[in-house]
Amino acid sequence: MYVRTGLWAAGLGLAVAIAAGSAGAQTPKRGGTLTYVIPADAPPSFDGHRETTYATVHAAAPYYSVLIRVPPDNPASTTEFVCDLCTEMPTPTDGGKTYTFKIREGVKFHDGSKLTAQDVATSWNYIVFPPKGVSSARVSYYEMVDKVEAPDDTTVVFHLKRATNAFLPALADPYTWIYKKEILEKDPHWFEKNIMGSGPFKFVSYEVGQSIKGVRNPDYYHKGQPYLDAIVGIFADKQSVRVDALRADRAAIEFRGLPPSARDQLVKEAGADIVVQDSDWNCGNILTPNHKKKPFDDVRVRRALALAIDQWKGAPALAKIANVRTVGGIVFPGSPLAATKEELQQMAGYWPDIEKSRAEARRLLKEAGVEGLKFELLNRNVDQPYKFVGTWAIGEWKKIGLNVEQKVVPTGPWFSNMRAGTFDVVLEANCASVVNPLLDTGKYLPAKVYPENYGQFDDDKSVELYEKMQTEIDPKKQRDDMRAFEKHTLDTMVHEIVLPYWYRIILERSYVKGWKISPSHYLNQDLANIWLDK
Amino acid sequence: MYRYIVKRLLLAVPTLVGAAALVFILMRLIPGDVCVIRMGAGGSHVDAAAVALCHQQLGLDNSLFVQFLDFLWSYVTFDFGNSMWSGNPVAQEIALRLPVSLEVAVLATVIAILIAIPLGTISALKENTWLDHVVRVAAIAGIATPSFWLGIMSLILVMNITAMASGKPWLPPIDFVPLWQDPIRNLSIVLLPAITVGYRYSAVTMRLTRSAMLEVLREDYIRTARAKGLLEQIIVNRHALKNALLPVVTLIGIEFAFLIGGLVITEQVFNLNGIGRLLVQAVQNQDNVLAQALVMLVVIIFVVTNLVIDVLYAWLDPRIRFS
Repeated sequence: MYVRTGLWAAGLGLAVAIAAGSAGAQTPKRGGTLTYVIPADAPPSFDGHRETTYATVHAAAPYYSVLIRVPPDNPASTTEFVCDLCTEMPTPTDGGKTYTFKIREGVKFHDGSKLTAQDVATSWNYIVFPPKGVSSARVSYYEMVDKVEAPDDTTVVFHLKRATNAFLPALADPYTWIYKKEILEKDPHWFEKNIMGSGPFKFVSYEVGQSIKGVRNPDYYHKGQPYLDAIVGIFADKQSVRVDALRADRAAIEFRGLPPSARDQLVKEAGADIVVQDSDWNCGNILTPNHKKKPFDDVRVRRALALAIDQWKGAPALAKIANVRTVGGIVFPGSPLAATKEELQQMAGYWPDIEKSRAEARRLLKEAGVEGLKFELLNRNVDQPYKFVGTWAIGEWKKIGLNVEQKVVPTGPWFSNMRAGTFDVVLEANCASVVNPLLDTGKYLPAKVYPENYGQFDDDKSVELYEKMQTEIDPKKQRDDMRAFEKHTLDTMVHEIVLPYWYRIILERSYVKGWKISPSHYLNQDLANIWLDK
Repeated sequence: MYRYIVKRLLLAVPTLVGAAALVFILMRLIPGDVCVIRMGAGGSHVDAAAVALCHQQLGLDNSLFVQFLDFLWSYVTFDFGNSMWSGNPVAQEIALRLPVSLEVAVLATVIAILIAIPLGTISALKENTWLDHVVRVAAIAGIATPSFWLGIMSLILVMNITAMASGKPWLPPIDFVPLWQDPIRNLSIVLLPAITVGYRYSAVTMRLTRSAMLEVLREDYIRTARAKGLLEQIIVNRHALKNALLPVVTLIGIEFAFLIGGLVITEQVFNLNGIGRLLVQAVQNQDNVLAQALVMLVVIIFVVTNLVIDVLYAWLDPRIRFS
């Protein structure tokens, strides 16, 4: 049975669910234990402020609250945010630079103590302005924040340096868990190994590398939720284990995503017992030429690399075997700031006529004097979809006479080589949680502004275009600015080549209800609205 | 005998130091580090300041020489340090997983012995009969079949058979429970992996038992025993088998030691939270401290196992004396 959540519909605020028994059509039943598999080994820690791995979110998000979040009943929306701990979404004041949130009263931590605005403000201060010795992985997301304060126990105020549309999506980040101020100030590392929040479930036990268990929080502030009595997350990093577990009903759902082959196998074997939800994924692979290495310092060569790739034909073909699907630019497809197909087709690498595109590529290579160029593509040793996409790209380049060897390395050396600049062209990834184009596209800036860009280039024009876009509040003008930035990045300078966006395929037992897929495996993981129809 | 044992234990020290140096160097030859892997788990964003802080907290900003000295000192003081990945004490990480690997290894060994020694003996006694051929084919199949394939196939077989029989596929539970907590559930989890590993283990042992028995059965004293009119059963059990078991005991010991840290793929296939899987994770995560500790553990197990085997020789063959 198939449930497709279309992003384009979601962008209009609709979730397109084609399934019998969607949550809206039935009354949720209380009770039961949800067993789900987490496709990872033990997470490095349970501290959401510090970690970036989904293993931490999938394991511990059900035990925590956040200030705002994507709507659980429409998590595919790229524009809508709702309160979790706050009472209503505020209207910014002071020219868009001040956001005042009222915090719910009567919220308790799982140890029975009251949660107040002081806890919220302190948690956010540790995220945005981590004290010495405290790690916060997302400091750069909140560079627009000037100050966070709690003037009283029910009010949190964010003061920004400038008005920006990037703030609210950043605030809804799923890792921004609210910790107890008293514990945080006494020992900021406590939450690395311990779990104590105010979320829908109370932590029960964790067996290292094995499973994590929780029970319903009877004092949860969203009345009526959670529906489940308990949850059990089992760590299983091997795909075959997870697929077998779903088939034999040892687990009810896996929240990251499985490849098309697993979907086809399970649907064939389990039939109506399995439901599929799928969605575009706010993750994608990018080809980054090393601008400091000849001949990739020549824009003609970079442009040729882009022109050689037939995205429009390649994407549907790859979608049959790999976790990719939708052709897009630097902005997540379907979001208001994303390019339309017509706009994409104006840029190198997206021309509708591939023969014309490749002829131009060959001409550019000849002009640059590098026909028959031989080089190495550095790739990460992960099957889905890195190796599939890398192999495909090499096949496309072969069609314009390039000889490319794929060098596949584990994650550690992959990062080391990128950071050291010891590569010709690298296949890297750009993964984000909440769709926040203004921040997500920071990836395409030169390293002096965004250190995690490994292209080894400098481009003041790029920075100028980006900053103009950041400070623009009018949506239409901002969209025009985004088009200008995108054209400069992908077409004029070809700093990066964006490959088809990943595609998320979630398989669940048919009795699992209430959970809706989103564009990110980090989102919608508190499990409060899940119920079991059995 | 006691002097022999003490001497062997003292000789193990340079072995351990050598192994320690080797694993230390090898782990550091791998480019990248645990902090980058952890911070960049999502594949893109790696906060440089967070990485630098992590390096400082883990001592990775010290020189290699200082790191090596810290490593050696930790073993002298029996403080094996904390995992660079999880921050938990290494001893705790290992203690949590060792029982799982031990249980599978012990069960696989028992299964192997129960299968291999009787079948190997029968195969030798019934040399060149159809029974011998069947046993030998089974042994070769066991050696030739990769255990990970066998594991996956066994799971598929179980699911398909149960699906046909009852309409719903059955799979062993994927979350481990200790034997004392729920014996039935525990055995349902470890039995399939133990059989998978035990089959290959028994195949190797079966072949060695057969060839050792064939050699012993051709000895003069066996011919004499037969000439004296002793029952074949007594000849085999009391005279031949005990002598034939010497090399078999060696093999069983070495295989058992290997199983403790070598069940990597089996543990992955059956989702067992054992030592083999931990070692793979430690290497992948470049958790040097944990990987070093696990390698040292395997070395120690091998050294101790070999010593136990040597002592067992004296019990099996009284002619062996330790000077």
